[in-house]
Amino acid sequence: MENSRRNFLKIAGISALGLSATPVLDAFALDISMLDMKINATPGKDAITAKRWGMVIDTRKFESEEDLKPMIEACHKIHNVPVLENKRHEIKWIWEEEFKHAFPNLEHEYVNESVEHLPFLVLCNHCKDAPCVRACPTKATFKREDGIILMDFHRCIGCRFCMAACPYGSRSFNFRDPRPFIKDINKKFPTRARGVVEKCNFCAERLAVGQQPACVEASKGALVFGDLENPESEVRRLLKTNYTIRRKVALGTGPSVYYIV
Amino acid sequence: MLELALKGSKRYFGWIACLLAVIGVGVGCYMWQLSFGLGLTGMSRDVSWGFYIAQFTFLVGVAASAVMLVLPYYLHHYKAFGRITILGEFLAVASVSMCLLFIIADLGQPMRALNVILYPTPNSILFWDMIVLNGYLFLNIIIGWQVLQAEKNSVAPPKWVKPLIYISIPWAVSIHTVTAFLYCGLPGRGFWLTAILAPRFLASAFAAGPAFLILLCLLVRKLTKFDPGKEQIQTLAKIVTYGILLNVFFLLCEVFVVFYSKIPEHMDHMTYLYAGLHGHGVLVPWMWTSIALMIFSIILLVNPFTRQKEGILTVACICVFIGTWIDKGLGMISGGFVPSPLHHITEYVPTKPEIAITLGIYAVGFLVLTLLFKIAITVKEEAEGV
Ligand code: SF4
Ligand code: SF4
Repeated sequence: MENSRRNFLKIAGISALGLSATPVLDAFALDISMLDMKINATPGKDAITAKRWGMVIDTRKFESEEDLKPMIEACHKIHNVPVLENKRHEIKWIWEEEFKHAFPNLEHEYVNESVEHLPFLVLCNHCKDAPCVRACPTKATFKREDGIILMDFHRCIGCRFCMAACPYGSRSFNFRDPRPFIKDINKKFPTRARGVVEKCNFCAERLAVGQQPACVEASKGALVFGDLENPESEVRRLLKTNYTIRRKVALGTGPSVYYIV
Repeated sequence: MLELALKGSKRYFGWIACLLAVIGVGVGCYMWQLSFGLGLTGMSRDVSWGFYIAQFTFLVGVAASAVMLVLPYYLHHYKAFGRITILGEFLAVASVSMCLLFIIADLGQPMRALNVILYPTPNSILFWDMIVLNGYLFLNIIIGWQVLQAEKNSVAPPKWVKPLIYISIPWAVSIHTVTAFLYCGLPGRGFWLTAILAPRFLASAFAAGPAFLILLCLLVRKLTKFDPGKEQIQTLAKIVTYGILLNVFFLLCEVFVVFYSKIPEHMDHMTYLYAGLHGHGVLVPWMWTSIALMIFSIILLVNPFTRQKEGILTVACICVFIGTWIDKGLGMISGGFVPSPLHHITEYVPTKPEIAITLGIYAVGFLVLTLLFKIAITVKEEAEGV
């Protein structure tokens, strides 16, 4: 909080209240309201399935920041991602980074101009051997059969071990109640309570009803989603015919998001 | 024996009242944090652990250092420490209590803390940390209490306590090792990704813990009729000396590896802490203060003439304690998050409510410590018939 100093003056008042239980009860109430909107990502009869989902991002198709906006907005809108002014409390599932931040170990002083100035789309890599899953003490972060790394917002205790473990900065924490910062709430997807972690879910809830991920749909073909273990799939065809890179492969996490540069 | 904590001088109750006041402010701020969220703290998306986890890490060390009394006494039959092992054990109890409170204070959803037990996840180091910390707490409560009770009744402690004491020795090492594993097993966090982290944690623990114990012993001698003993204090001082030397040595090993290999992922954090990175460096003055204090304390401690003077020893112990506290309680955690894995620099500075909650938890620890020490020392005074 930027205005923490002013708020500090409130301490005197609050400590006078001593062990007032109101905030605690408040916190419980929020939890319960969240249960109503439990995420429904269980595959239905129209579901599209895969052995291991992956994504190929053709960065050659983007020319400016503007080109990335529709995808970011589509995702953040349907997933009730709040817009927080305070940078420190920011929540993002998919966003843009400069090359040197997205690929810090590939950056060099003579990198070609298009790459240097081109914004890169980054999101959770749904790692094959995900450090966040390994670190989570409650299995609130877990790997589904099809390789998607999912989160149970109701089980998460907010220890943020997963955030320390993720080498890609893919995770955000609800430092405060996000609901006042969501413009139009999408009733079909849960909002989160304060105190839990969240991140991209590869649109598990859309795959369950046979839809492509929201960003892919909004990408006009620049993003391709498919089964990495099916040699006939579109993603495999792209990987076979293009040179691709992944983020921080040296760490052995096995990212499932590939970039054509 | 509990009733012994209820009788005391005006000064004793005055001190307790002070602690309760600090706890009150801490509780108030915690209520505020509960209702607002952890946004009340200085933590951020990039620096997702801060002061709480750092204090937790530091105090695990203080707790583990009780082994520096237990081991010489029970394994090497160094009789002199028999007088004060109980002080070490009770210090451990107070420290672990604070550790657990710091973890709770750091949780976004503390009401769900039990999920760690309800959904046991052995691949998570946090799961093991919970086990070893709680185990260590109970071991020390049981052992401390039984041994003290026996001393009160002038009998030998029950036989079944012995195995527990032997178990508590490796257990003490385990709590700090597992705590280091929380950090050093994370890919992409170059600052912590070093096998020497656990040894370094232990070295700083065996410096800070006994240093604090020396200060406590000197205080006890001043305030009560029980004298922990000159020899005991001097032996502790030697332990502090080795501890702080090892700690600085390990730090230098780290510095060599990092700056000779020049691998940016490892080097950038050190650069940030000790020189500042791209114009950011809130911790730089602190880190150099820490180095200065540790080196100054080494000069005072290595020289037997200065070490044996209790006045100078006090200064040295304060330097060790503050030096290692800055190193671990300030730099160690946020240093690992700056720069972020994407090489952004978001600095971390704790907020006032965050500091108030921290002080509140420290006050709880001091309260536990005061009550336990009061009981132990009253028993000892009576046993010595003073
Ligand atoms: S990118 Fe990060 S959050 Fe996503 S699966 Fe990999 S480690 Fe986990
Ligand atoms: S913050 Fe939640 S998801 Fe992340 S490690 Fe902790 S319990 Fe698991």
